[in-house]
Formats: sequence, C-alpha cells, structure tokens
Amino acid sequence: MNKDYITAYYNDEEELLKAVRQLKDKGLEILDVLTPFPVHGLDKALRMRRSRLSMVAFWGGAVGAALGFLFQAWVFTKGYPLNFGGKPFFAIPSFMPVTFEMAVLFAAFSMVFAFLIYFKLGPGAKTVIHDERITDDRFLVVVGIRKESNYQEIEQALIATGAEGITHNV
Amino acid sequence: MYVSPIREPLIRGEKNYSQVTKDILAPMAGKPSIYWYLGISLALIALVFGAWATYQTVYYGIGTWGLNKTVGWGWGITNFVWWVGIGHAGTFISAILLLFRQKWRTSINRSAEAMTLIAIACAGFFPLIHMGRLLLGFFIFPYPNTRALWVNFNSPLLWDVFAISTYFAVSLIFWYVGLIPDLGTVRDKAKTKIRKAIYGFLSFGWTGSAKHWSRHETVSLVLAGLAAPLVLSVHTIVSFDFATSVIPGWHTTIFPPYFVSGAVFSGFAMVLTLLIVARKALNLEEYITVNHIESMNKIIILTGSIVGIAYITEFFMAWYSGVEYEQFTFMNRAFGPYAWAYWIMMTCNVVTPQLFWFKKIRTSLTATFIISIFVNIGMWFERFVIVVTSLHRDFLPSSWSMYSPSLVEVGLYVGTIGLFFTLFLLFIRVFPVIAIAEVKSVLKSSGDHQKTAHHE
Repeated sequence: MNKDYITAYYNDEEELLKAVRQLKDKGLEILDVLTPFPVHGLDKALRMRRSRLSMVAFWGGAVGAALGFLFQAWVFTKGYPLNFGGKPFFAIPSFMPVTFEMAVLFAAFSMVFAFLIYFKLGPGAKTVIHDERITDDRFLVVVGIRKESNYQEIEQALIATGAEGITHNV
Repeated sequence: MYVSPIREPLIRGEKNYSQVTKDILAPMAGKPSIYWYLGISLALIALVFGAWATYQTVYYGIGTWGLNKTVGWGWGITNFVWWVGIGHAGTFISAILLLFRQKWRTSINRSAEAMTLIAIACAGFFPLIHMGRLLLGFFIFPYPNTRALWVNFNSPLLWDVFAISTYFAVSLIFWYVGLIPDLGTVRDKAKTKIRKAIYGFLSFGWTGSAKHWSRHETVSLVLAGLAAPLVLSVHTIVSFDFATSVIPGWHTTIFPPYFVSGAVFSGFAMVLTLLIVARKALNLEEYITVNHIESMNKIIILTGSIVGIAYITEFFMAWYSGVEYEQFTFMNRAFGPYAWAYWIMMTCNVVTPQLFWFKKIRTSLTATFIISIFVNIGMWFERFVIVVTSLHRDFLPSSWSMYSPSLVEVGLYVGTIGLFFTLFLLFIRVFPVIAIAEVKSVLKSSGDHQKTAHHE
C-alpha cells in the first residue's frame, strides 16, 4: 500500500462490523479489513461485489466435461475403434463416469487456481503481514487518508467507534 | 447474532479467540510425548513388514499371494475397497455437512480430511501392487504411446482410475485451501526463524484480508458442492467394479447406494476410533466433545441401518429373482465354508451399531470406541465376503476352491495400516488438527462460556 493510511484495532467482530458500517456511512475509504476468521456480514458492509469464482468453476467444469467426453468419443470412433463384446463404439452411458470426474477435477482446480492467482497468493508469496496478532485474535481496519487535513477527523471517527491502538504512516 | 437457547455448546470451557489458537497449536509445539514415539514405532514396524511384502510381490510376482485360478481377487481388492470406504468420512464431514450447515463439523473436519487423504493413498496402493508389475502402473492412464493404443473407457476398472485420482486431487486441494489461513496462524505464532520461513512458504502469504476471506468462503462452498457428488460417485464407481460383471453375488443394481452408505459407515467408525484417542492425547477434549461423538454415532446408526437393510434386500432379491446361481451364492455365503466371515460381518455391521439407540451407550466413550472397532472389522469382512464367497464356488464344481491369504498378503495389509498411522501421527505434529479459524467463527454462537453469558 503506497497510500497514506491509518489503522485501528478491534477486539470483537460485532464491534468491528458496527464500526465498519459507521465508517462507510461517513464516506471514509476503507482500504482493507484484516480478521482472524471470516466475519459474516463484512462483505456486505464493505459493499463487496458478488464473487465471480463460481462462474470460473462452472466454465472450468464445462471444459473438463467436454474434453473428457470428446476424447473418449474420438478414441472409440476414430482413434482406435475396438470391439468390446459387440458393444456399440459410441457408447454414451459408459463415457459418463470419466466425463463426470473430469468435470469435477477441472472445476475444482480452475477455481482454486483462479482464487490464488487473482489475489497473488501462492507458495512463498510476498505479502505484507501487518501484525502477527491478526491471525490470532485481533481485527484491524485500514482507512485511507486522502489529504493531510482530514487525518484528525478520521482519528476522531475511529475513536468514536471504540477502536484501540490507532497508528498511521504519515 | 442468534444464539440458540437449546443447542448444546460445541466448545466447552472458558475460551476466547487467543485461547483457541493456543489450545489447538499446543500439540505441535514442544517435544512429542512418549506415547507419540511409541505409536510411531509400532506404525513403522508395521510399515517395514509391508515393505518386505511389497518387495516379495514385486520381485517374485503375485504368485507369492494365496490367490488361485478360481479366486483371482482376495485380500488385495478387499483392502482396496475397505480403505476407499474409510476415506469417505472426511469428505462427507467437510463437504456434505458444510452444505447442511452443521456447525459441529468444524472441530473434526480437518483431521477427518487428513485421514481421508491417507486412506486413499493406502487404497490406491492395492490395485497398483495387484498388477504384479508395479513399474508398468502408468499403463492405466490414457497417454499417447508407440502402440497407438488407448485404455478401455468401457471398463469400470478404468473409471476407478479416474474416480480415485480425481477424488484424491480434489480432496487434497479442498483440505489445503482450508489449511491456508490456519497455516498463517502457525506462521505468526512460530518462535524460530526456520519454522516461520517454512510455514510462511506453506501459508501462501495469507494476510487475513476481508476480501480474501469472502472469496475463500466462496471457494470452500463451491468445492463442497463439487466434492459432495464426487464422494458419492467414487464408491458408486468402486461398486461398478463388481456390479457390472456377471458374477452371481456381484451383479446387483443395489450396489451403488449400498456401497456408499457402507463407506460412510466405516469412515465414521475410523474417525471415531482415531479421535477418541486423539482428543485425549492432544488435550482437545473441550473441542471434540461428547456431543461430537454422539452426533457421529447417530450417523453410524443411520448408515449402519441402511447397510443392514441392503444385506437383507440382497438376500431377498436372490430368492425373488428365481436365478438358481444367485440363490446358491447367497446360501453358500450364509451357510457355506465362509459362513464364519458372513456372520462376523452380520454381527459387527448390523447388530452392534443398533446399540447406539441407547443414549447411555452413544455418549459413552469406551462403548463408542469398542463399537467403532467392531464396525471397522465388520466392514472389512463385508468386502471379504463379497469378493471371496462370490468367486470361490463358481459355475463349474470341478474348479471350486478355497482361498486363504499368504504371509505376503497379510504383510501388505499390515503395511498399509502402518502407513496410515505413520502419516497420521506425522500430520498431528506438522499441521493444526482442528480448523482454528472455523472454530473461532462458531465460538460466539456455540461456545459454552459465550452461550451462558448471552442468556444471562
């Protein structure tokens, strides 16, 4: 984060949720909220968009299913048709298990990779760890500061919501 | 936040968030206890026995097994199906119970899923070793080769390859995605530099940002939605190995649902066996409470009863179909030379789980532990009965024969049990055994202390 910001801690998720709603209503820019576990209602309070990851999973699954089905069909009709006990070459029902498994495999992996790549998370990813207590029991709100003058104002607003340990980088 | 006045708390004791972190990370810190060393030594001895048996099989071939011309599938396939079945509980707990919003899963899903992964690894070993030529195992995958030949996509054995490998891969990422935030916690709590570096690498740079959490939840939910039909498909396809054949005793349409419920049944039994010991050894009794044990026992009653009905239905259908071969096979199962195996199966799987109707028994740890072992044994015998009794007296009485395993086969089975416990014991030292973040997220609504405070 190259921007100027001010951070504040909370000890409780309900307190945090209330504070985030108030800060948003005041029109303040919340850069990030860091929590030790998923706080329900926070995505709504931060006015986050609905996730598009499920669409990635859907299309990944569709590609997997198509690949699985078409490959089997090609093998048995064009690639190397073999007669198995007089059964039909293009046997749709017996292609289903592999098609299904391929769909699940592709859906799961495409979604997880999309998630990791989008947020630049991965083995050994270089991210800023604000405070080691965040993954334990602290809730942190990062508020952006636009100009020098409103720093005091934001600090007052944060104190009003019951924040502790307010720090800033300006 | 809504706090149910009637539901029993899921987390006992006076806990806050940092206490939860501390309690769950405690088993990873410090030196392992004497019991841990004792456990891993026994597991490694079993593993060495398995390694010897593997060497015998690879060097001399499957002639070292007790199989013969009539009984071509013995302990190998029995163990394969048994292990795959055990693997089903983890995904069932983390996927299906997540979709049903069962909060009690949070204390047990991590270890059950780890158990799933290890069990699938043990299962996968058997078909591979059964090929005899282990080094040619890759022939089962459709890859472009100089023979211009592909695999047989009409064969349930090939479907198995896809089902088991997909199941392993998807369970692995499901498990790991769930682990990422907790590995972040381990990283931030790490005392030494090396530990911090390793867990920093493994935690994928987790920061705890609200946006990451929101998407992480979406990923978990969709993965659960994918894993739920997947777990049902896996044992369905395993049952196809038998059901699509024309062997009396195998050629049954009831097999898919019967196998799936049997798998969940045996999986939960194994989870209980492990967790009853682990909760005590790791001091996690306040997280894995008697309530959790009781809930799992209820699932055991349900799936055990389904399995019981399936046994009776099978028998009825053999009579009702009017096919004399089918009738012979079933009479032979119950009263033939392998009747002892059949009645062990019946007692362990149909009778013992019914004891859980008594609240006293299903809330007793000792009783649950004993019954869970009975179920493990019963479910192993179920697969043995299906595999061996259907084969050993085939259509031609002159080729009837008996089957008993050789020492090598016993070694392979004991070896996978050793592998299972070795990996599980390593798991509890290396990763948090309970999903820390998930437990924290239900603490407010389900913690003992929080609930009492709320209703005062």
